[in-house]
Amino acid sequence: MKNNSVHPPKWANRFLEWYCKPELFEDLQGDLYEYFERNIETKGRRRARLNYTLDVIKFFKPYTVKKLEILGQLTQFIMFKNYFKTSIRSIGRNKLFSAINVLGLAISMSVCLLMITMFSEVKNYDRFHADYDRIHRVTNAQKYLENEPNLFASTSVLAGRRLKAEVPGIEAATIITRSFRADAKVGDNTFPFNAPWVDNDFFKVFSFNLLRGDANEALAEPYSVVLTDETAEKFFPDQDPMDQTILMNDQNYRVTGVVEKPPFNSHFKFSALISYTTYEQEERKREENDWWLNWHNMWSNYAYFKLDENTSIDQVQARLTSIADDETSPQDQTKIILGTQPLTNIMSGPDMSNQIGESIGNQALWILGVLAFVVILSAAFNYTNLSIARSLRRAKEVGVRKVVGATKKQVFTQFTIEACIISVCSLIIAYLLFFVLKPLFLNLSPEMQRSLKLEHEPIMLVYFLLFAIGVGISAGFIPSLFLSKLRAIQVLKDASSTRLFSKINLRKVLIVVQFTLSLAFIISASIANRQFKYALNFDLGFDTENVLNVSLAGNDPYLTKAIFEQIPEITDISLSSHVLSTGSRYANRAKSEDGLDSATVYLSQIDHKYIPLMGHQLLAGTNFVKKDKVEKEETVIVNETILNKFKLGTPEEAIGKVLKFGPESSLIVQGVVKNFHYATLDSEIECFAFRHQPQNAEILNLKIMSDNILNTRQKIEAAWLEFDDVHEFRGSFYDERIEAAYSEFEVMFTIVGFLAFITITISALGLLGMGVYTAETRLKEISIRKVLGASEGSLITLLSRGFMWLLLIASLIAIPSTYYLFDSVLLSDQAHRADIGALELLLGVIVIFVIGFMTIGSQTWKAAKSNPAQTLRTE
Amino acid sequence: MKGTNLGEFQELVLLTIGTLYPEAYGVGIKDEIREKTGRKVTLSTVHAALNRLEKKGLVQSSFGEATKIRGGKRKKYFTITAYGIKALEETREQREQLWNAIPKQVFQINWSL
Repeated sequence: MKNNSVHPPKWANRFLEWYCKPELFEDLQGDLYEYFERNIETKGRRRARLNYTLDVIKFFKPYTVKKLEILGQLTQFIMFKNYFKTSIRSIGRNKLFSAINVLGLAISMSVCLLMITMFSEVKNYDRFHADYDRIHRVTNAQKYLENEPNLFASTSVLAGRRLKAEVPGIEAATIITRSFRADAKVGDNTFPFNAPWVDNDFFKVFSFNLLRGDANEALAEPYSVVLTDETAEKFFPDQDPMDQTILMNDQNYRVTGVVEKPPFNSHFKFSALISYTTYEQEERKREENDWWLNWHNMWSNYAYFKLDENTSIDQVQARLTSIADDETSPQDQTKIILGTQPLTNIMSGPDMSNQIGESIGNQALWILGVLAFVVILSAAFNYTNLSIARSLRRAKEVGVRKVVGATKKQVFTQFTIEACIISVCSLIIAYLLFFVLKPLFLNLSPEMQRSLKLEHEPIMLVYFLLFAIGVGISAGFIPSLFLSKLRAIQVLKDASSTRLFSKINLRKVLIVVQFTLSLAFIISASIANRQFKYALNFDLGFDTENVLNVSLAGNDPYLTKAIFEQIPEITDISLSSHVLSTGSRYANRAKSEDGLDSATVYLSQIDHKYIPLMGHQLLAGTNFVKKDKVEKEETVIVNETILNKFKLGTPEEAIGKVLKFGPESSLIVQGVVKNFHYATLDSEIECFAFRHQPQNAEILNLKIMSDNILNTRQKIEAAWLEFDDVHEFRGSFYDERIEAAYSEFEVMFTIVGFLAFITITISALGLLGMGVYTAETRLKEISIRKVLGASEGSLITLLSRGFMWLLLIASLIAIPSTYYLFDSVLLSDQAHRADIGALELLLGVIVIFVIGFMTIGSQTWKAAKSNPAQTLRTE
Repeated sequence: MKGTNLGEFQELVLLTIGTLYPEAYGVGIKDEIREKTGRKVTLSTVHAALNRLEKKGLVQSSFGEATKIRGGKRKKYFTITAYGIKALEETREQREQLWNAIPKQVFQINWSL
């Protein structure tokens, strides 16, 4: 009679079960089922199933629906007080473990807080502009043959002009060219002045706040200048700056507007703006050829545009691509591809050359983010590890709770709350540490200070709290899950028989991961340090000692030189256009005499004193002859590489041969210097030439002989200030400049070293916790062994062996992977680099083992020394 | 006073529980009402009424033995409580009083009109 193969729809049943109050559920479902069975016979299966479903839905009434959420939450809420209390008690009872957890989490969290603040600050860059999401800029990718393209934030004026004229769907576009430098004369005062040229649509794209003047007209006329309020106050204190004149390069500029100083979170900062028509006029005057409008002149111009509301960036991109195709001639070996970049992406986007302001770039952000994550991961592992290890003690508590009626969910909640309490406590300490770390981090490099403040709005505190809770939940997840799964009967009957240590492998894995990371950090830090030292002590091929390079700041080299010659400690003075080996380079194209060979030749313009002062070694020929003003340049001094490039033979043979620089200078090789490093160590030595053009000098090289260098330096500075009160004294020792050029290594070393310190501390804390725990739990075993005659040494070996194995495994993973990372990835683009020695690799391992052994050893030693009588008596 | 006032359908269910004693349960009550009054009632209305009655304390319920039918679910049997009986009686009394108060003439319908 009963057709058992037909059942009501499953989902209807599940729905009923879900909503129905448990006390009504059985009867209700029974009635429905009875009715259903009857319906099968009278009305058929389909109708029966349909009716059943309809009935289930009809039963969805206020009186049947359980007050699940509210009721459940209420219990949890009521229980929360209990959870909180037990958690606090448990934390208080295990002071050592809690301290390890809180400390580890706090240290790593402070690093994370720093990162969170930094990310949010970077994300907020440039968002003060109205319609910031519609503003983009044109970027250039320069591609030589089939090489990887180089990305530039800059573009050509031509691209900017064609964008303005031809691309539809753009509300406004503006071209910016940097950078005008001059001495500004206002009345009797002179100020150093530098500003970009921007066109009249500047204020249509950007919403910098124009305080005075007409946004549509301020930058229209040639020789108009818009000052920031700060500059205006400096130039015209207590005066109305509008319509005042500023004399720069014998030309009167009129102030046509005052703009509010760009906010800190603008990637583009300026102290004044000059009308673009000025630039156009000056360029037309200066050069007959139109190089400034050349497609390939893409080094110092920027184009920003604001999209129409209903234009997509893809449409503009398509037009830009066709403009680039149009401009590229087939025989060009170097192609320029136009791209676009959203305004909000500039600070955090891909790394590009020629940024108009500071840009952190996504690479650095990624690295810092990953490092912070690794550190917090390590601390979370500690929590997980120690909690699982200690779960034997908490197991009974869980058993009792379960017997009394706690559900799995409630136990889980309890332990999660405990983890969250720990992490919130850590947050408080971390927040204090954050203020300690902040200045240290910002002082790592001047770029950092220019682009970041690391200040946070109150809302960030909420994010911090959420972060801490998130960390607590994830760190406590595995232990909570594990403890909530315990079966009451098993735990209470015989706790030690439970397979509590089924998680032992997980714990081992976590320890290995922790120590692998720590080791990788130590090795990285020591490699970075070595590379930095290597770069500083590298034999550049000339003598940088006791040379103070002073920037002329536009002053006449000979006048300035005359001032410094009066200081007795200065033994010699030479002139040059560059400070070599510190990063900046300048190149020309040179051709052989017959014009067949050509090559890029890097150069420095110097006077006759430079080569002996710097200790360059002449392989053949002679130094430049003494001339104060070189009217017509006749000779050149080259390096060895150039001889090979132009096939000039041996140094002796090369003397007297001719090289052509540009159309008008055919220069006779007067001397050959030994190869030296004029660039930073990431590049090879290529063709280089010293040209005899002292009038182009921008640097004075002062050779100093003094017992008190600092004192002499102050003397020099004082002499400068007496001579030029407009420009600040900008002089630094050659070695300092070189150090600054390699500061990236130093920054990297500092950051990685610091993180290495943190991860090691955290890992060691974790290891300490595990050591304490092992020693405690195995105390009886140790005592019995001791009674039976085991020596202390053998006991220590017994207890430490397991951990030492883990450390060994960690080393075996960390060494090859870090070596590979540095050898093939991070340092692979360095032409000259320190070898990664066995010492660095070994050093890390030794540090780890010493720390590991000391933490574990101290605990096992304590255990081994314990008096067996005392341990066993209480049995 | 309010609590004892029975709704029409509730009174019907309560009476049916009485007639089915001691085996009054959801489907049975529904069937009985259908049979006796010809009303088409749904299971959910009956349940709602039972729930209300139980809350008022007019009926009480207990689970029976589990059987193979009904998908192994136990039946929930309802019986009238003393308070329920009192409520029924009160209702009946009220009706009687009203019946008795109707003047005789009302029943003497003049069919010739």
